[in-house]
Amino acid sequence: MRESTIMKIHYGTALAAVALVAVHILMRLTQGFAESLEYESVLANYKFIPYAIMLELILILLAVHGFNGLRVILIELKQGRIYEKAVSYGCLAAMIGLIAYGSRTIIMTNMGLV
Amino acid sequence: MAQVSSISNEQSPTAKSITLKILRYNPKHDESSQFMEFDVQYEKWTTVLDVILDVKKYFDHSVAVRYSCRQATCGSCGMIINGKPKLACFTKISELNSNVVTVEPMKNFPVIRDLAVKFEKLFDSHQKIKPYLIRDDTELVSDEKEFLQTPKEVEQYIQFANCIKCGLCNSACPTMATDSSFVGPQALAQAYRYVADSRDKGKDSRLKMIDDSHGIWRCHFAGSCSQVCPKGVDPAMGIQLLRGYMLGFSS
Ligand code: HEM
Ligand code: SF4
Ligand code: FES
Repeated sequence: MRESTIMKIHYGTALAAVALVAVHILMRLTQGFAESLEYESVLANYKFIPYAIMLELILILLAVHGFNGLRVILIELKQGRIYEKAVSYGCLAAMIGLIAYGSRTIIMTNMGLV
Repeated sequence: MAQVSSISNEQSPTAKSITLKILRYNPKHDESSQFMEFDVQYEKWTTVLDVILDVKKYFDHSVAVRYSCRQATCGSCGMIINGKPKLACFTKISELNSNVVTVEPMKNFPVIRDLAVKFEKLFDSHQKIKPYLIRDDTELVSDEKEFLQTPKEVEQYIQFANCIKCGLCNSACPTMATDSSFVGPQALAQAYRYVADSRDKGKDSRLKMIDDSHGIWRCHFAGSCSQVCPKGVDPAMGIQLLRGYMLGFSS
C-alpha cells in the first residue's frame, strides 16, 4: 500500500476515534464510575447491540491506528529491508490478532456465551 | 590531545579573548573524538569561521574545516556552534555571549575529519526530487517562448529558492537522527519549491518520489529545521504545504 494511503487511514482513524471515544465517555457518565464497572453492567453494555457495535469500531480504529503508529516508530528506529518487512508484517499480524481477540470477547458476551 | 594555546603578539586594544573548543576526530585512526582548546582573540566583527582559520594559521593547520564564500552563500561551513547548527561564517563570536565557544561537526552527517562532513546523502536526496523545472521538451527548445509568472505565482515558492544546501536543517532534524533513510527537510523543501512553481509540470513524479515509507510522512512537525535555517527558508512549512497536495487539500 502507498504510504500516503496508510497515513490517510492513520489520520482518519485518529479523528473517528476522537468522535467515538467521546460518545463512549459520555455513555460512561450516565452512571457512577464504580457502578459502570460492575459485572452485570458490563454484560448489559455488550448486549446492547448499537453500543457493542461502537465498541467494536473503537477497537478496530485504535488497533489500526496504534499498530501503524508502532510500525512508524520501529522503522524510524532501525533500517534494513528484512527488518522493515518483519516490522510491517509483524504489526499487521498483531493488529489482526488484537482485533480478533477483542471481537471474540464482544461477540461471545453479546451472544450470552459468558 | 587537548592543548591550550594563545596568540600573544600584536594585540589590538579592542580585542577580547575567548576559549575556542574544536571537536577533533579522524575516523581513519582515532578511536573517539576529543576537544582541543585554543585561546583566541576576537573583535566585534570576528566570525566563528575567522577564529577557526586563525587556529589553522597560528596553532594547528591540520584542523579540517570546509568553507568557501565566507558570506553565507555557498553553504559549506555548517557546523554545531555552542550546541546549535549554524553557519560559521554567518555567526559572530560577539553574538554568542559566551567566553567559551564550542564547535563540532554537523549532526546526522558522517564525519570525514574534524568539522568536515560528507554531503553525499544530502546531494543524492536533493537530486532524487528532480530539482529543476520539468516541461515539455518542445517548449524548452523554442527560444520564442517565455514562461511568465505573476508576482503572486512567484511568491508561492521564492522563499524556498533561497536554499543554499548547507544541510543545517537536516542536522537539526530529530527524524534524521535515527532514520538513516529519511529523505530530510532540505530535499522536501526543494520538492515543494518545484511543485509550487507554476511553470513546472513534474508534480506527479515528485510527489510519488517522496510518498515512501521514509519519505514526507516521517516528518513529525518538530520544526527544528525552520529554526536553524540561515536563509529564511521554512522547510517545516514547505513539508506541510506538500502534505496538503498529498492529502488532496491543494492541487
Ligand atoms: C483518539 C485520539 C488520538 C489522536 C487524535 C491521535 C492522533 C495521532 C496523530 C496525528 C499521529 C501522527 C503523529 C505524527 O506523525 O507525528 C499519531 C501517531 C501515533 N499514535 Fe495516535 N492518536 C490518538 C490516539 C492514539 C491511541 C489511543 C494510541 C495507542 C493505541 C495511539 C498510538 C499512536 C502511535 C504509536 C503513533 C506513532 C507515533 C508518532 O508518529 O508520533 N494514538 N496519532
Ligand atoms: S533549507 Fe535552509 S538550512 Fe536547509 S539546506 Fe537549505 S539553506 Fe540550509
Ligand atoms: S563559507 Fe560559504 S556559507 Fe559559510
